[in-house]
Amino acid sequence: MGTIATLPGEMIIKGGILYDPTTRESRRQDVAIRNGRLVETAEISSSKAQALDASGCLITHGFIDVHAHFREPGREDKETLATGSRAALAGGFTRVCVMPNTDPPIDDPEGIHFVLERSEGLPVTIYPIGTVTKGQDGNELAELLEMRAAGALAFSDDGLPIQNGEVLRRALRYVRELGVPIINHAEDVYLRAEGIMNESALSTRLGLPGNPVQAEAAMVYRDCLLAEDVGGRLHIPHISSTLAVELVRRFKERGGAITAEATPHHLGLTEEAVRDFNTHAKVAPPLRTEDDRQAVVAGLIDGTLDCIATDHAPHTIEEKEQDIYQAPFGMIGLESAFGMAHSTLRKAGLTTEQVIDLFTTGPARVMGLGLTPLVPGQKAELVILHPDEKWTFTREDIHSRSRNTPMLGMTFTGRVRGTIGRNMWFKAPENS
Amino acid sequence: MSEPTVTLQHLLGLEGVSKQDIQILLDTGFRFREVLDRPIKKVPTLTGINVVNLFFESSTRTRISFELAEKRLSADVTNFTASSSSLNKGEGLKDTIQNIHAMKMDAVVMRHPAPGSTKQLSQFVDAVVINAGDGTHEHPTQGLLDMMSLQEKFGRLEGLKVGIIGDIAHSRVALSNIFGLNTVGADVMVCGPGHLIPPHISELGVIVNGDVDEVLSWADAVNVLRIQRERMGEGIIPSVREYRSRFGITTERLARHKREIVILHPGPMNRGVEIDSDVADGDQAIILDQVLNGVAIRMSVLYHLLAPHQPLEET
Repeated sequence: MGTIATLPGEMIIKGGILYDPTTRESRRQDVAIRNGRLVETAEISSSKAQALDASGCLITHGFIDVHAHFREPGREDKETLATGSRAALAGGFTRVCVMPNTDPPIDDPEGIHFVLERSEGLPVTIYPIGTVTKGQDGNELAELLEMRAAGALAFSDDGLPIQNGEVLRRALRYVRELGVPIINHAEDVYLRAEGIMNESALSTRLGLPGNPVQAEAAMVYRDCLLAEDVGGRLHIPHISSTLAVELVRRFKERGGAITAEATPHHLGLTEEAVRDFNTHAKVAPPLRTEDDRQAVVAGLIDGTLDCIATDHAPHTIEEKEQDIYQAPFGMIGLESAFGMAHSTLRKAGLTTEQVIDLFTTGPARVMGLGLTPLVPGQKAELVILHPDEKWTFTREDIHSRSRNTPMLGMTFTGRVRGTIGRNMWFKAPENS
Repeated sequence: MSEPTVTLQHLLGLEGVSKQDIQILLDTGFRFREVLDRPIKKVPTLTGINVVNLFFESSTRTRISFELAEKRLSADVTNFTASSSSLNKGEGLKDTIQNIHAMKMDAVVMRHPAPGSTKQLSQFVDAVVINAGDGTHEHPTQGLLDMMSLQEKFGRLEGLKVGIIGDIAHSRVALSNIFGLNTVGADVMVCGPGHLIPPHISELGVIVNGDVDEVLSWADAVNVLRIQRERMGEGIIPSVREYRSRFGITTERLARHKREIVILHPGPMNRGVEIDSDVADGDQAIILDQVLNGVAIRMSVLYHLLAPHQPLEET
């Protein structure tokens, strides 16, 4: 298992290539850190500094996840802000936006304050997202302006779609001037019905209720139409199907202020993962066909989709060991995100640097976060990656409180070897 | 003399079960039919073997059929009927698995509302697992008894044309019939209200036809599925009248087809809805043969999975 420890006062990362996603420039360079900030290497005392060998590695900006569920308050048995932060750091992330579908949901400024206060001193920066509607009821708008003032970065009822189109339109209008995105889980609940997995020959074969691609596409289409009309910022999470990718492409061409994300599991897995009734592969929206998977990959490559987001959704083993109807939707994803996405996208023709962009500048643009260049004086938010290292994802790699992932045992190309967070740093085990 | 043995460890479904294994199970089923015709219908084959019938859904017919099969093979039988409500209280598969471990059972016959539940169970327990119906997935012993009844009637299965009529989408019987019949070389046509036919079912190697009369013109036998009347309350099926008129196997409809069509029904029947009483009780129906064959084929399955090396003659 990798280690997470207090960041030493001085650190020098040697022998790697620094890739700055803000300028897209790479150069061979040792990277020096003092008291959590980047400094000139000459300022580091070699006797005091922790030295890190980064031979063969890229050193770049820490990743940003625009979509994770940390379950605090209410379901701390699944994940807390603290355990989720450690999982994020182990995955190469230094900033995480957390969804508000906690218990109770984060639907008022006090909730936003709670998350921010509980996140102080954690190794990654936590950005709270507030709900769109009170208690995620899908009807009454929550105090969006007050939550924004308290520090909410975006608004979403994620986990639940806003089924009432007028409510979504109202929300887009209400926050339009703020320029923050409304993130709507794109599934028509009536079309999704009891769907457990993608509707296909396989779902028929398994006797499982199917969730058709039209459930996603119909909602994406409706939401894009509303965003286009209102002019508000719409972000579409976890795109899973060819149809949805095509719709986003079309609406972007028409000039809509629309962004969208893809998850590593929709990039790397298909509905075949459910064939053995594996509850760990039960996720919403569902894993779909190979054609859909390829369309999502293509969407990231041509820029239709803006970034990679994990949709890290921890659940207890007890919950996932239930039968497939009762087991909840969702899988964890922070620790496996880079391995899975990089393996898939590099095979599809992207460079490691382009994949890094989808984990850094892409999500920063979606959420309106500033990314500073990797130059002396800036905060050290770094990830060290070995792009060619092959590794097998095991329980030992998981720092999350949960273990619900169908990816255990999969071999990836490209590994996070270290992450420098706010006050902590993660170091992967040597040659494991 | 050693008996032919099946390659199966569990019977979780008919998908993927080889033609040879199906034929062995059917052949042994016919031999157990002879046992059922004896004055004393009990053999000592599974003496000392513990079998639990674990039913999370009510099912009088299947449970009694399994229980009879187990008792006629002299197994020690435990019945456990859990209400669906206990599942909702969180008494899920995990508890079931732990209990079965603790009770040191040799075999579990399980009916459960969730597809794949028997497969999940088989991954965690040492016991032999037999699927007695897992939600809308499979009901493999029903599929086998249907095949046994067809083979008894026609003397063959290969090349037979079988129609399955009714709510295909919610039927575990349909899937087991499709997988089993496809494997042995029979042709299958499915028919029912369009929205109750799964959209991709033709990829499973069946023909889809919305016209019952066309199915009856084509088929050697039709398996008529029960319509769940609660679906009318849900507005999924508009009315009994319309269903009967469009999809029911009525006396008049059958009379229009001047050919012998064998009628199967997995029961329980809604007489006067999907099937008329005259048809169900008529000469063309082999519904009671299915019930008898159900016991025999379940004896065959239990025998092959639990006592495969014991020669049948010694029973």
